[in-house]
Amino acid sequence: MTSLGAAALAVGFLTTLYAIGSAIYGAVRRERRWVDSSRLAVYGFMGLMVICFLVLEIAFLRNDFAFQTVAEHSSTTTPVFYKMTAMWSSQEGSLLLWAFVLSIGSSAVLYLTRNSQRQVAPWATAVLMGLAAFFCGLMLFSVSPFVRLDPVPVEGAGLTPLLRNPYMAMHPPMIYSGYVLFSIPFAFAIGALITRRLDTTWIRSTRRFALVAWIFLGIGLLLGARWSYEELGWGGYWGWDPVENAALMPWLLGTAFLHGIQVQERRGMLKIWNTGLVTATFVFCLIGTFLVRSGVLQSIHAFGASTVGGPLLVLIGITSLGSTLLIWSRRKDLQPERRISSPLSREAIFLINNLLLVGLTAVIFWGTFFPLISEAVTGVSSSLAAPWFADYVAPLGVLLVLFTGIGPLFAWGQLSGSAALRVLAWPVALAVLTVISLLIFTDVSSSPWALFLFGFAAFTFVALAQEFGRAAITRRALTGESLPVALGSAMARNRRRYGGYTAHFGIVVLLIAVTASSSFQTKEDLRLVPGQSGKVDDYTLSYEKLVVDPNNERIAFNARLAVSKDGERIGTLTPARQYYPTQDPSAGPIGRYFEGEATSEVGLRTSGTGDLWTAFQPDLAPIEEDVEAGNKALADAGPVAQGIAIVAIADAYAADPPAATFRVIWDPLVIWVWIGGIFVVGGALFAVWPTSSSRQRAEVAKAAKAAREASGSGANPGGRS
Amino acid sequence: MDPSRKRKIRLVVSLSVAVLLAAGLVYTSFSASTEAREPSEIIGSTSGSTYELTGKVVNDTVVRRGEDLRFRIRDREGSENLPVSYSGTIPDAFREGREVIVTGSLQGGVFVAERDSLVTKCPSKFTAEEKS
Repeated sequence: MTSLGAAALAVGFLTTLYAIGSAIYGAVRRERRWVDSSRLAVYGFMGLMVICFLVLEIAFLRNDFAFQTVAEHSSTTTPVFYKMTAMWSSQEGSLLLWAFVLSIGSSAVLYLTRNSQRQVAPWATAVLMGLAAFFCGLMLFSVSPFVRLDPVPVEGAGLTPLLRNPYMAMHPPMIYSGYVLFSIPFAFAIGALITRRLDTTWIRSTRRFALVAWIFLGIGLLLGARWSYEELGWGGYWGWDPVENAALMPWLLGTAFLHGIQVQERRGMLKIWNTGLVTATFVFCLIGTFLVRSGVLQSIHAFGASTVGGPLLVLIGITSLGSTLLIWSRRKDLQPERRISSPLSREAIFLINNLLLVGLTAVIFWGTFFPLISEAVTGVSSSLAAPWFADYVAPLGVLLVLFTGIGPLFAWGQLSGSAALRVLAWPVALAVLTVISLLIFTDVSSSPWALFLFGFAAFTFVALAQEFGRAAITRRALTGESLPVALGSAMARNRRRYGGYTAHFGIVVLLIAVTASSSFQTKEDLRLVPGQSGKVDDYTLSYEKLVVDPNNERIAFNARLAVSKDGERIGTLTPARQYYPTQDPSAGPIGRYFEGEATSEVGLRTSGTGDLWTAFQPDLAPIEEDVEAGNKALADAGPVAQGIAIVAIADAYAADPPAATFRVIWDPLVIWVWIGGIFVVGGALFAVWPTSSSRQRAEVAKAAKAAREASGSGANPGGRS
Repeated sequence: MDPSRKRKIRLVVSLSVAVLLAAGLVYTSFSASTEAREPSEIIGSTSGSTYELTGKVVNDTVVRRGEDLRFRIRDREGSENLPVSYSGTIPDAFREGREVIVTGSLQGGVFVAERDSLVTKCPSKFTAEEKS
């Protein structure tokens, strides 16, 4: 089976080369046949990538350890769901995922633009297939997913326990899909630059792909954050780790791009800026892949020595340099049609927000790469920790919230001062009221940035409510519908706008939650033996007992904590620690069950006002003697006897465990991070959905066709019900 | 004032603001950063400044005394090592022989780590290490 995958990969590589050649030839000679042929080659490439993907997935499902990557990342005891997702925990598997998603995205966009974009599309095809050739080439010549093991091992290494979390299983495909799909607007921008067709057609035909890429990347970021919160045992969802930053930067630039193109579509401005932004977004997608795969920066995700770092760096260099030169050479074609006439205009606010987003990216870039920068400057690598990032991100984030609120209030063009006052009056008044009541009733004043953020958030909420309210009232006046129905149909008539507003609402909710949970959390480490209790914020936690829960994959110690508030028991938390066996023979036949990878399962009590988060760290020192004895006595015993011994050792330990450390965190409002995130994604999905007008057109066409068929077959044409 | 002159002034002003902000960024990053060192580079130093110590956990040196975790870190390539005293969350992936990063300062020959500063490199995707 490895040979089938390898063959499909090799043919796929050749197909991409053909597609590049025929697309460019067709574009230069203006011969449609060659362009059509290149498009068909892209479809063919997709078919081949589907074959590669399926071959590898089936190998994972069938435990076919003849595939080296299967043997290294899966095992017979791995649950089916994680077998299916183990592919992208490997380098070769994630490269294949890149190529697979790229083939689908390229085929989709070329299919949709097959009758338009005659000049731009061939060049975009060449760019997309150039990327495809790069990734296929890497797999073909450097890290193949289809390496054959001989002899075939009987058992695989298994998926790292830390990755056995549903969020983590879906996180890489989301991030990669985001990265890959940003190549589509980029490729069409390059096509438009080469052919000098720099009106908004390239934007219109790829806008949806940019938004879909942005949605995927956003979901990926949320899933990663959630995984960190539940699985890593430190109690946070964001740590300014290089790999997290790597995915956040293209998302921020993508956000700027999605707003910048609106200015270009409506006002014919920011043309150089937008082409630059789409290039930067895509380059940062490549940098993201590079950071994860090269190990140049110290990170918890360090993937070690990798062979793809060098080629990726070359690709990043070519992409950024080539695009910059191309934009520079077309600067005369990219002149704005107008200039910003007043700061009281939507385009001015959009520009400010764009600058804030790009500034934020610049800060994060600097901080992320500071170890390399400082090494280059001073010879010593130094790194920046989370507080440094927070010092910059907090003010920029606060300003972003403010301008997110102002933007939609101002009209395109120019607003008179009195009109500006009119639209700003209510939001400002209610924001001031919010700040005053926060100062009186809470102790938010201890964190000035938090106070600003809450105030500006109130401003933005009122501004959004005004927008939604006005839309509903106008619609009701027109149609006489009830207010909720009117709101619904007004939103459905302008999905892009109201989807965008919904996403704005979500992001502000998310930022409120991030601010609250980072500025006002209580964190305690309690050392308890069963029977003891400790107090965190308003909660008392009593360590009741330790329960052993073994299964065929791992052995788990579950700590039962009773939670009470004001003397009243309100629930039980069960943080756990799970030990997976190691394959290392030096640990001994019994020891290997306790000395392998361990993971934390947090105990979580979620509510609208905050989460009570607990992680458990037992002290396994007392079992060492038993394990030593077991290693000697049971070295040659069968698995059944060993299993009984392991459970006996664990039970004896659990009956009288030594003091364990519990990390307990009261994290206010943290659930709103996820709820806000769902609104962002939901709003964006609402915006990207086919608009009612395009659906109406489709329906009208369908009805017309049905009517033609009906009359053709001689049915009663008057029978309209 | 004619519009092109006005634009020029605006450009100069915004560029200088950008340069000022960038200078601030550079300045704060150099003063707020912690230098990365390997054990051999700071053994015997008495400066007391804070470092990010990177290296591998020496086998058979991990001892837990209540809240306190003690172990030795050696150079990635080499055997010179330093005792470390640490408290706080121990990452799931922490093991003897693994590569770790810990922030702290040298006090009387012992590297006293800041609370919760221990980071263990994720061995999962660390195929190079798995094979060794």
